[in-house]
Amino acid sequence: MITKDADMVETTAPPAPAAPPAMSGPAPRRRKRAWDEPPRWQIYVPLGLYLLFTLIPFYWMLLFAIRPAGSTSLLPWPVTFEHFEKVWTERSFGVFFQNSLLVGVASMLMTTVVALAGGYALARFDFRIKRGFMLALLCSQFIPGALMLVPLFQIFANLRMINSLGSVIIAETVFQLPLSMILISGFIRNVPYSLEEAAWVDGCSRFRGFCAIVLPMLRPGLIAVGSFAFVHSWNHFLFALMFLSNQEKQTIPVGLATLMSADSVDLGALAAGGVVAAVPVVIVFAFIQKWLVTGFSAGAVKG
Amino acid sequence: MAQAAAVAKRPPGVPGPSRVPRRRRTGATPRRLPYLLIAPAALLMLGFIAYPVLSVFYYSLQHYNPTKPWRNGFAGFENFVKAFTEDPQFWSTLGFSLQWVAVEVTLQLLLGLGLALIVNQTFVGRALSRAMVFSPWAVSGVLTSTIWLLIYNSQTGITRYLADVGIGSYGTSWLSDTSTVFPAVVTAELWRGVPFFAILILADLQSVSKDLYEAAEVDGASRIRQFFHITLPHLKDAIILSTLLRAVWEFNNVDLLYTLTGGGPAGETTTLPLRIASIAVDSHDFGYASALTSIAFVILLFCSMVYLRLSKFGGDDK
Repeated sequence: MITKDADMVETTAPPAPAAPPAMSGPAPRRRKRAWDEPPRWQIYVPLGLYLLFTLIPFYWMLLFAIRPAGSTSLLPWPVTFEHFEKVWTERSFGVFFQNSLLVGVASMLMTTVVALAGGYALARFDFRIKRGFMLALLCSQFIPGALMLVPLFQIFANLRMINSLGSVIIAETVFQLPLSMILISGFIRNVPYSLEEAAWVDGCSRFRGFCAIVLPMLRPGLIAVGSFAFVHSWNHFLFALMFLSNQEKQTIPVGLATLMSADSVDLGALAAGGVVAAVPVVIVFAFIQKWLVTGFSAGAVKG
Repeated sequence: MAQAAAVAKRPPGVPGPSRVPRRRRTGATPRRLPYLLIAPAALLMLGFIAYPVLSVFYYSLQHYNPTKPWRNGFAGFENFVKAFTEDPQFWSTLGFSLQWVAVEVTLQLLLGLGLALIVNQTFVGRALSRAMVFSPWAVSGVLTSTIWLLIYNSQTGITRYLADVGIGSYGTSWLSDTSTVFPAVVTAELWRGVPFFAILILADLQSVSKDLYEAAEVDGASRIRQFFHITLPHLKDAIILSTLLRAVWEFNNVDLLYTLTGGGPAGETTTLPLRIASIAVDSHDFGYASALTSIAFVILLFCSMVYLRLSKFGGDDK
């Protein structure tokens, strides 16, 4: 990705800044380039300012996490890992990390599988309740998870699932499903139907044809949808707060909130906890970053 | 039915594969198949979305409080009357919710649009800049609170370093002062929210036809005119959809405010959903919380309809 961009830049960017003033005047072609692209400073100055706004908070957290307690230095030196040790064992972030990972991976798998089945039906069949179902999917986007806490709590209490990670996994999955299904059915529509038909002609069943033809082509889309689901469940706070009261069942966001609500906040431990919370999503994000833009521009969002 | 869809999708004039396998397939894929495929999703959504929504409406008409079971029973519209007439906090939290949504969505849209236009240009280091400016998108509301609490804390936060160079005084916290708390939480949420708009708008920008710009340039249109006459109309639907989704999400945003300010100081930053959550958690008055939830539903639905109607969403191509 980076090398490709750098190549593109090579061919277009240099003329504007590199044109030496001593030259008798830029060639007409160059003048056209300078006209249709804004001057470099109009890109770099606002971009630089925005990068500062984005990155300083991250730096700030890292700084608090690795400098010794009581230090006010703005440079992270000397480096210490005492905050990490403390938060991982004393504040049981080690346990929270496992729980969050379990919730994230389980709801990612459930969301992807269920949405794949539903998305295939929506993309490839015409059936009586299809329009109504699509409408329900869209409408569900307006239903606030936060306002459903009370009835969901009662449901899970009746199912005797309060204080089990299962309740959180189900709740996360359900609220991921509509958008994931809409996205996946968009991706499936982009796979030509004739390819599947060709597989049937060759004697494949519908299921085998799907596995052999459609599934490999869906890989980028499934990676994007699965990663959304993982990041979302990893980050989500309210369901875990409401449904899990045992400390050894809690997830990282709840652990962070507990650290923040203490009477005197241990800033070093809080920052270290924040870094622990950030690492998995940053890795996933770096992994899917380039799919984000292309995935959305595939027209999936517009339906 | 499946067969009908298959036939419809084939371009006219192209002979289909021989009829035999197709007929066999229709036999092998009964009309029940699509229903079987959507069944898991439909059941989950019925059980954990539709049923809770209905039960919210049901409980809004009940006195229901597990800690005061002797009062439980049919309430009629008493919960709603209480909200509109007896509960001063209802109106103040509703007002703050609207202020919060309006300010957040407007600023996020403007900054996100600007950011998308910048990273859509060709320049050295574009891929890396994109990855970095988009990265807060992946961060949770609670983690955002964590980071900004570290920045705003009164001892070692930003105010300390500002005081070092003579701005403000030591020991101040922007989060506990009623005059600074709003800009402080707005900034924190902007940090996380702008990348959402930037990503969606950037995705849509990539589908603008280059020919349009070239034609406009031949006609001598300036870049500003090109923006208003080509780019902005093209982005219209994406902007409408993303502002609407974002407005709903910001209205329902509880994570950040709950952990960063807890609704304080002095209830200054309590939104309606935050108040509902605290009623449900602290006083267990589920009946009243359900009534407030129903009101929030109706407000969201009504505003969404009006917004889609006024903005003539998708009106150009239908």
